[in-house]
Amino acid sequence: MDVTSLSVKELRAGLDKKEFSSPEITAAYLDRIKKIDGSLESYITVTEEEALTAANEAQKKIDSGDVSPLSGIPLAIKDNICTDGVKTTCASKMLENFIPPYNATAMEKLNAQGIVMLGKTSMDEFAMGGSTQTSAFKKTKNPYDLTRVPGGSSGGSAAAVGARLCAAALGSDTGGSIRQPASFCGVTGLKPTYGRVSRYGLVAFASSLDQIGPIANTAEDCGIILNAVCGYDYHDGTSENRPEEDFTAKVGMSMKGVKIAIPAEFYAEGIDEDVRKAVLAAADSYKAMGAELVDVSMPSLKYAVAAYYLIASAEASSNLSRYDGIKYGHRSDITGDYNELITASRSEGFGDEVKRRILLGNYALCSGYYDAYYGKAMALKQKIREEYNEIFGKCDIILTPTAPGVAYGVNENIHDPKKMYQADICTVTVNIASLPAISTTCGYDGKGMPIGMSLIGKMWDEATIIGAASAFEQGFERVPANI
Amino acid sequence: MPVSDYIPVIGLEIHSELLTKSKVFCTCSAEFGGDKNSRCCPVCSGLPGTLPIINQTAVEYAVKAGYALGCSINKFSVFDRKNYFYPDLPKAYQISQLNLPLCINGTVPIDYEENGEKKHKEIRINRIHLEEDAGKLIHDDLNGVSLADYNRCGIPLIEIVTEPDLSSPEEARTLVEKISLLLQYAGVSDCKMEQGSIRCDVNISLMKPTDKEFGTRAEIKNLNSLKSIYRTVEYEIKRQARLLDRGEKIVQETRRFDDNKGETRTMRTKEDAHDYKYFPDPDIRQVNFTDEDLSRIRNSLPEMPYERLEKYTGKLSIPEKEARIIVNNKRLSDLFEDALKCYNNPKSLVNFIIGEIMRRMNLGEIDIEKPMFTAELMAKLVEMSDTEKVTKSDAKEIFREMAEKGGDPEDIAKREGMIIENDTGKVLEVIDSVIAGNEKAVNQYKSGDVKVFGFLMGQCSKALRGAATPKVIKEELEKKLKSLT
Repeated sequence: MDVTSLSVKELRAGLDKKEFSSPEITAAYLDRIKKIDGSLESYITVTEEEALTAANEAQKKIDSGDVSPLSGIPLAIKDNICTDGVKTTCASKMLENFIPPYNATAMEKLNAQGIVMLGKTSMDEFAMGGSTQTSAFKKTKNPYDLTRVPGGSSGGSAAAVGARLCAAALGSDTGGSIRQPASFCGVTGLKPTYGRVSRYGLVAFASSLDQIGPIANTAEDCGIILNAVCGYDYHDGTSENRPEEDFTAKVGMSMKGVKIAIPAEFYAEGIDEDVRKAVLAAADSYKAMGAELVDVSMPSLKYAVAAYYLIASAEASSNLSRYDGIKYGHRSDITGDYNELITASRSEGFGDEVKRRILLGNYALCSGYYDAYYGKAMALKQKIREEYNEIFGKCDIILTPTAPGVAYGVNENIHDPKKMYQADICTVTVNIASLPAISTTCGYDGKGMPIGMSLIGKMWDEATIIGAASAFEQGFERVPANI
Repeated sequence: MPVSDYIPVIGLEIHSELLTKSKVFCTCSAEFGGDKNSRCCPVCSGLPGTLPIINQTAVEYAVKAGYALGCSINKFSVFDRKNYFYPDLPKAYQISQLNLPLCINGTVPIDYEENGEKKHKEIRINRIHLEEDAGKLIHDDLNGVSLADYNRCGIPLIEIVTEPDLSSPEEARTLVEKISLLLQYAGVSDCKMEQGSIRCDVNISLMKPTDKEFGTRAEIKNLNSLKSIYRTVEYEIKRQARLLDRGEKIVQETRRFDDNKGETRTMRTKEDAHDYKYFPDPDIRQVNFTDEDLSRIRNSLPEMPYERLEKYTGKLSIPEKEARIIVNNKRLSDLFEDALKCYNNPKSLVNFIIGEIMRRMNLGEIDIEKPMFTAELMAKLVEMSDTEKVTKSDAKEIFREMAEKGGDPEDIAKREGMIIENDTGKVLEVIDSVIAGNEKAVNQYKSGDVKVFGFLMGQCSKALRGAATPKVIKEELEKKLKSLT
């Protein structure tokens, strides 16, 4: 049996039944990483030694009957989630040697369950991008086709799951950074409701939009991981104190009578035909399962990308100001006064995409432009929220494509930022409205590249979208990446 | 045009550190001092991934300050980021408040004397907002490096912005003094200028009586003593008047005061002014107060100076001048209040505080921030003096020791033999021996020359060496002499 092709749930069962041990499965993943990751480039740091130690520890606990749902499960962590004593680079030269002295809360929670961290995965620099090609270190490839991108920004995590280089992974999603790479790499990715998972220790990109979430082989696995990382955290004033619940509770639910909204704008011009067909076919299978499809509209979608890039870049410009080379991070050899030093350090430390967004954000926040840009974007945020509320007044979930197309070639789009930004059209409104959404594979194009669909849920209703995605997954045959 | 013909228009921005135990956005100690960088954590030193958590006590203290300064409280308040690069600011933004501060529209009355005239004015407070302090840079010129100390990063500050209602150096100084006092009474700040826990920026412009609009203003930053506030305003009025007289324009700029030279100098002009790119901090939830929250905070406000003044001059019948002197120093006023609980003689305690304690404070013998004596023991001493258990001059001697090294006044008096015992037997014994030894004088007295009584009194007192009060000696001596005639 190849343990690396098992889901988290299956690994749990096998570990508990002693069919294999945590050190064994850990070794199997590490082995695959050694064989494959040289060309896939999904990990920035592989923590082999720590992983084996953690696996032995976990096994002792499992043997003594002290078992948590994730005990001994090998996971990968996106490299913008702080890990005590392990480099957390954000795929930026700026933080090339940054070793956090503390764990992100999500990481603490995983450690408390005794997970085995295999390493830190690549991403777009500071999570800015949708291709993982802005990474300063590992420009991750797509496990279905090494000449294509894995999506991004959590491209390393999604590719590692898709290529079976970990059982599951944590990513972060600011405007689609979990869902879109999950879609490109043929796996399942969940962006939880804003406030569901503590952001403490997630290196901030856009604070009002960022959220940590799982990327896994199944929707149910996403639920298992969300169960572990969710919850109010004293260290994050925007995390919410919610009643405890099991996010896998609705796995196996009946779709009968479930109202699924199909917003026309998400299927309009700009969406590839293959994608539209595959997602609408998925809608039909839901209908066959007894769900009711409801045609709805989201008129403000056409402004969503603009609003998103203004809000996200404005917040990013401020969040990334702390990287001045004074306290930590890249420091230029160029000597001079304070202004010269930080100018040089930031010029050398940040890549083009990060610089572009810092400039954009600063521009949007300048006095004199604030009302025209940031102010308008905030008004649009309100509008988008209202439109979602209206849809959720009559529907339970919303079905949309995750991305306008499938994974593209590694050198496409990267030189055309506007085209790249526009590709976020299907995902950004979810972050703007703080909603949960899950992407799962619903088909393949003519070349076998995965197509993703997204189920958007009501605030705090991850359970329903996990249940609904799972219902689809059970009747859909995935084609694993042949790598 | 003489300086006196211009109308100075002055507004202040006062920064005051709040007395919370921990910092405003993390749990580090907010105490002053400490080894360099010993009071900072991943949050206040701005490590990637960290988030601010608002200190509710700091919010409440800011609201209390608002109530102390007669403000209205915004039930809905927002924290904003003020973005700028400086090595003492690790996040490269300061969390502050722009459009929706915690407190707005206050008034602070000031009473002061100018040119021998008593004056009263109401100064309007525009707003009070809560923000975080930055760290400190230490410039090591010897090695040509600058070092950063982040201990002060995240200490809660309130910024109090006045309306431009002030028009003289004396008014400016009096207002800062008054606000310090109110904040101290409210228990939210210790306002120690020498530790930088209260600092002040001054905005000044001049206008002619016929002008309809304010003139161009200059802002003088970071004044940290009442004296420098006074001198700055005085200097700046003269400087601007001189320029205007010559027909020159005032440049809108930020200036700094050079304490040694007693003059202000340009720091940066309007052209180099920062664009702080304020926007609401997405990491911090908006503050929403309920009516219950606000009335609870309001009710927690301790007795304020104007309330104490009313009590002192009313119920306690202390003359206004003395009452003001006591009230204007919170430490003295607290000492008085505590002493009053042990010895209910306001007049006598006030006289002692003003005559003895303040005198020694002025001589530098008493640090009223941490006195060596307690209110209770001070009250005991005053009572001992009032009830003539010790003489007034001995009481001063005893207090000198208490002020220097503490101790119980009764123990000191006993040790020094200062206790007046008023032992009648002993007094009569002495009187008998004095009468026996001064036959001539006694006879004079007997024949009606009462002036000689003083001499006999003196002989007795001398022999008793303070063991009895003059009153007792006099009574007994009179009795004895009467019995002889």
